[in-house]
Amino acid sequence: MQERPDLIVCEECDAVHRRPVLAHAEVARCLRCGAELERDTGGHLGRLLPLTVASLIMFVIANSFPIVQIELQGLTSETTLFGAVMVLNGEGMSLVAMLVLSTTILFPLVQMLVLLYLLLPAAQEGRRPGVKILLRLMQVVRPWGMVEVFLLGVLVALVKLSNMAAVVPGVALWAFGALTLLLTVVVSFNPRYLWRILVSERGGNSGEPAR
Amino acid sequence: MSRGTRDPRAGDIDGASQPVAVAPHLDSAIATDIFPCHHCGTVWQGAQQDEQCEVCHAPLHRRRIDSLNRTWAFLIAACIMYIPANLMPVMITSTLLDEQRDTIMSGIVYFWVSGSWELAIVVFVASFMVPLFKLVALIILTVSARRRSSWQRLQRAKLYRVVETIGRWSMLDVFVVSLLTGLVQIEGFARITAGIGVAAFGSVVVFTMLASLSFDPRLIWDEVDPQAEQSEQAEPAADREQQEKDIND
Repeated sequence: MQERPDLIVCEECDAVHRRPVLAHAEVARCLRCGAELERDTGGHLGRLLPLTVASLIMFVIANSFPIVQIELQGLTSETTLFGAVMVLNGEGMSLVAMLVLSTTILFPLVQMLVLLYLLLPAAQEGRRPGVKILLRLMQVVRPWGMVEVFLLGVLVALVKLSNMAAVVPGVALWAFGALTLLLTVVVSFNPRYLWRILVSERGGNSGEPAR
Repeated sequence: MSRGTRDPRAGDIDGASQPVAVAPHLDSAIATDIFPCHHCGTVWQGAQQDEQCEVCHAPLHRRRIDSLNRTWAFLIAACIMYIPANLMPVMITSTLLDEQRDTIMSGIVYFWVSGSWELAIVVFVASFMVPLFKLVALIILTVSARRRSSWQRLQRAKLYRVVETIGRWSMLDVFVVSLLTGLVQIEGFARITAGIGVAAFGSVVVFTMLASLSFDPRLIWDEVDPQAEQSEQAEPAADREQQEKDIND
């Protein structure tokens, strides 16, 4: 078994290509099916760490404050995301509660924490323990983080409620908005590229094809 | 494209012995001794099935394991759950005077009637169209992949990409109900509880997502069964010769 760093295989249609040399911010697509083969991550990678830190901060704010408060005949009620999960759980909907908990809190948090750990410059050169397991974990968890869908859900719920009660959006709603924007950028970074950057450090740019 | 059309046959026939030198753009890795790792993307030559990738330590596979069977299993589960998901109430609103049970559809109708038709459309698309579209699309993809059909390969590859992108959005209603349940708990006055339908609906979303994650889009492009590779190899080449002849005529 021998590595072929000069080749790249399309993830979606299995077509074998020569690994292209990409200029800044260029994207290579498969000639057969049009899927993304490779992307120049040079500029993006530097921004990833600050964006991850920012998302973590937003995540904490979004989950510590109430998302929305309603007023009905002088009575008020408010909830955080976690509060809603606990109410669901208390009503015997523990599976739904788990689903909501994992897709909106747990999985996004895992993704952000793993990225933070992998990108923190402290041990840049030394071998980091658990890199392989964490990268695999991140790839497994990636499709299941649904913060952006939750945000749309909040908006739909707000409109629904506005017919029967006075609705006051909370701090967390704005934080969720910001978190969605940040996560869109952070999560759009395919963890596959991290494999090459973090694990197979075979002397700088290993993908230099013979010309 | 250019290199491929110039001499399309060369790559297919000599593929096994000379994997890349001839027509790299059209060769599937499965027809060569090139073995890409599905997890980290490292490309190996001369590897064996189930051998460990040296970079990420994942076992190497040509195709996702048991892809079509798993996809079918999840699809059937999703189809079954789709029925209670649409018939059972997802949300129960109790006020002092009455109790209202909403299904997915009646929630959409409520938005439509109460004047917020934009939201009615958003919820209709996310909660009704997307799951239905996903089920139909995945069934088409699975059936055509099992038959090794060459019908509309590029369109099917695009269809799979669409399914993967939009699948998550049908969780919308689950989140709406969860938030309303958490929020509207005003004792003795108004209370919203989640109905059993929301559990069924959530399971439809999870099952369809699992189905699309188990489906291997590479199967769309497989011309022949990996086992029967040699025996049927001649057929596509013959087709192409016919095509070339047609063009020349």
